[in-house]
Amino acid sequence: MSFKTIVASLDSYEMGSIELNDDLKHYAFSNIFDVASKSAPYERVMVVSNLDYCAEAVRAEGASNWYMAPHDEFAIVMDGEIEFEFHQLTDEEKPTHPQGAAKMAADPKGPRMGRVVARRGHEVLLPEGSAYRLKAAKPSVCIIQTSVGPESVEKWSEICVLS
Amino acid sequence: MSTATTESVKVIASEPDPVLGYRKFQFGSFTFARDAYFVHVGWPKGTHTIEVDRFLRAMVRDIGWGFFYGWIFFDDVFGTQNHYGTVDIYAGTYSKGHRDTGVDFLETFNTDDVRVAFETISKDWINEGYDPLRAPMETGSPLGSKTKEASGPLIRGFEPARRMMGLPGDVAPRSDESGHPINRAFADLEYDKPVIEPEPGFEGKIHAFNLYDHIARADVTWNPSFTSITKACICCVTSEEHMLPVIHGNDRNEWFIQLTDEIHWNIQDKNTGNPRGRIVMKSGDVCAMPADIRHQGFSPKRSMLMVLENGTPGLDEKYASGELEPFPITASRW
Repeated sequence: MSFKTIVASLDSYEMGSIELNDDLKHYAFSNIFDVASKSAPYERVMVVSNLDYCAEAVRAEGASNWYMAPHDEFAIVMDGEIEFEFHQLTDEEKPTHPQGAAKMAADPKGPRMGRVVARRGHEVLLPEGSAYRLKAAKPSVCIIQTSVGPESVEKWSEICVLS
Repeated sequence: MSTATTESVKVIASEPDPVLGYRKFQFGSFTFARDAYFVHVGWPKGTHTIEVDRFLRAMVRDIGWGFFYGWIFFDDVFGTQNHYGTVDIYAGTYSKGHRDTGVDFLETFNTDDVRVAFETISKDWINEGYDPLRAPMETGSPLGSKTKEASGPLIRGFEPARRMMGLPGDVAPRSDESGHPINRAFADLEYDKPVIEPEPGFEGKIHAFNLYDHIARADVTWNPSFTSITKACICCVTSEEHMLPVIHGNDRNEWFIQLTDEIHWNIQDKNTGNPRGRIVMKSGDVCAMPADIRHQGFSPKRSMLMVLENGTPGLDEKYASGELEPFPITASRW
């Protein structure tokens, strides 16, 4: 028996279907690649929301701002190749917001921690206590497991199947 | 009808059946017996029959998941509900026909007692060559009389990462070295490693691993592993093939992200079991499973699924009381 695994991408995705005798808003059915195809680079669009927590779909293209969060976050690359660069936050730079990712006002001053280059299927730690930025030479996609924060964008009516 | 047991309850085993070789079991007010094809569950006012493969696939997952979040329906009649310290075992409680005729029954036990009882039953009823955690095409049959009890671990694949899989001191991803080759159904993908370049002094502080490689090596199906945790947000990944051998009733919202291939979901009302519809999730799709439904998945080809759970203690009570609405995106956010 042979197998062909279907892994969608920014250039090739097909949404499934939802047929319910219920309010479709309760299911918030969307597609990460569809969201990323319509997003500005590094717009962090929530596709999962569970009280304080969320997952954001991100179109990586060019270089992002520097971000920081007061807790760990995790990025899973869904398409393309993304470089993640890390610096250790100084005491003065450490986040004062309660949760989620926030942009830094300036480049980080702390020592460089290193970098990770990740491709489809790789999960990357965005560690608490670090500043990070993303770079992608070509349009790429990742999702970020995090909490709802200052950079989280909600546009459910635009991204979800409602009929 | 329901009864609550606060005392410790032990499962009682009979002598082996002289013909088929399996033991019967009494646990609280419930009895469990199996024959060549079926499991027969009894309680004070009723009995119920479940096909043995389905029963064992459900029971070992219920044990491995620690009774999970909410309801685990072995079928439309029999199952468990987790109260995080105690567990209900019910028969007909969520079946209109059983309730209308007054033959429904629910009994509450200490969690450890249920775990021991289910492990005892499963060990006696699982023969060597049959592995209920594997996909049906990858294991033998549970049918027939008792041969030799399976000797491997009853449950596996569920050891949770504490922060992130692969970090020093945390759970390691699956590998050839751990005895987990790439599954036949994912052999057509390429698996490379991320480039990790820490500066001196920051070794082990930055980290990445190939999540798809870890999933592709799973020797279990419908059995999630925790890969990353931020506060109470838990990322679980699983390999899914054939059908979810339980119907999961949510006691909170959970979210599915379909990484590869597709899964077809039947959605039912949690309390009545009435159909609400169907969802087909394809690669890249994201969908919430609200707190007032049951769902069961069917994966025509082995697929990769990510599930994001909110493990905040007490959420089940907030949804049950109506303090929280049973869906994740409230009206003002649309």
